[in-house]
Amino acid sequence: MKIIDKLITWSLLKSPWILHFNSGACNGCDIEIVDALTPKYDIERFGMVLKATPRHADILVVSGPVTRQQVKRLKTIYEQMPEPKFVMAIGACGCSGGVFNGCYGVVPGVDKTLPVSVYIPGCPARPEAIIDGVVKLIQSVEGKK
Amino acid sequence: MSKITIPLGPQHPALKEPENFMLVLEGEQITGATVNLGYNHRGMEKAAEERTYMQDLYLIERVCGICSHSHTTCYITNVEELAKAETPKRALAIRTLFGELERVHSHLLWLGVAGYEMGFETLFMYTWRDREQVLDCLEMLSGNRVHYSINTLGGVRRDITAEQKAGVLKRIKYLEERTKYYISLATEETTLLARTQNVGKLPYDVAIERGAVGPTARASGIARDVRKDDPYLIYGELDFKLITHNTCDVFGRLVVRALELMESYKMIEQILNNLPEGPIAVKVPWRIPAGEAVNHYEAPRGEDIHYLKANNTDKPERLKVRAPTLANLQSVAYMMEGGWLADVPLVIAAIDPCMSCTDRAVVWNPKKGKKEIYGWEELRKMGIEHYKRRGVDFTKL
Repeated sequence: MKIIDKLITWSLLKSPWILHFNSGACNGCDIEIVDALTPKYDIERFGMVLKATPRHADILVVSGPVTRQQVKRLKTIYEQMPEPKFVMAIGACGCSGGVFNGCYGVVPGVDKTLPVSVYIPGCPARPEAIIDGVVKLIQSVEGKK
Repeated sequence: MSKITIPLGPQHPALKEPENFMLVLEGEQITGATVNLGYNHRGMEKAAEERTYMQDLYLIERVCGICSHSHTTCYITNVEELAKAETPKRALAIRTLFGELERVHSHLLWLGVAGYEMGFETLFMYTWRDREQVLDCLEMLSGNRVHYSINTLGGVRRDITAEQKAGVLKRIKYLEERTKYYISLATEETTLLARTQNVGKLPYDVAIERGAVGPTARASGIARDVRKDDPYLIYGELDFKLITHNTCDVFGRLVVRALELMESYKMIEQILNNLPEGPIAVKVPWRIPAGEAVNHYEAPRGEDIHYLKANNTDKPERLKVRAPTLANLQSVAYMMEGGWLADVPLVIAAIDPCMSCTDRAVVWNPKKGKKEIYGWEELRKMGIEHYKRRGVDFTKL
């Protein structure tokens, strides 16, 4: 492994930066993701910071059952992220379309559009579950190292 | 100076939800703004027609994660009205309690988001920490933090025990103290005043003309609140004030929401201390008799309207939801014009937009196979002709 790759993996593990993307969710998962950042759960202690642009992000956190309008935008956002990049699908909707499975306006499940690394079920996913998913993702990257 | 048009959204750090604003700028000043919707369109109204009334309850809840109780209560009141079910008094009281707890959680959430948008992150962290207290209450009472699913056909799913009551009252006491602090913060802190006063002006007559609802309308001096105008559930028996403010700007919207929090605490205490005895649910038949019903409900963001048409089966024939944000979006375009680009996120946040509630309608012409946007005159003409074909002529009235 080149020294630069080692450096990238090290920085990813120490402070994974996340980008939150709402692909047509009901807001339930989105407020739980923001909740995970606030004092009671405080995900920032793992070095995670919510970033505003895809070009700074390592992990794309997608909530919602990807509406047809958002498919193209979701792909564009993913392509703008630098490598290595990971996708987390939050909530029952993100995993499989959930209650919206079968609606004409959705392409159910984030994995129909993007490669997903972590699925976090729950409607909405609890902040504890989101933190657990992040830790599992970090551990799996560590294992690869 | 030449004009430039910039898009804001659908993915933008200031917006938590997908929506798009096209802003026409002259330097830093906004001269025109249009709102584009539909990024969140999932097709829920159609989906509701294919599910039973009980399944719909859980679908309607997911119209929006923040005002989930508002939508289900509005929907279920329609169903119970058509089924002629006598909902027990205790169930109505519990529904009211959840409605107010939801308002508290939604307004605290808004206060945090507003703080975040104006660059006051401490306020965001403070309010969201306190908001956990309400979520604890909701979890204790219903078993879930966000989608409580307390409503069921004919009543509510769970009863309230004495320990739960004490737990809620204890947390409400704490929140009351904290809210007093926020009110003093909102009215005294100079940076906050500088950031909110005279921003996003919406004068009284414009608010009426554009049909603003909820705290946005009340901050422009309009005394409009379904809880007072047409009391539903047990609001008629509760003692609370209708909060209005006449500064017509973001500051007014902040003060209205902060003071409404205090009213909600008062109501929660009243409901818990005078909880009527009796059963919590009655049986409702699976098949709902044919008929139509319309209902409105004061959601945290404003007036929410549901229309339901039943056809004697176990599935609705038509369901229509008019979410409060749709009514308020017309005002946002007005508020932004003439303002500064830097204020845009705050102005948008000030109506507390909820796109997942709003994006359910799109005009689709199958003959031409393309989307069309109709103007007011065309829509009016179409409406008149539609009813003429059915034998009603509105032009003669």
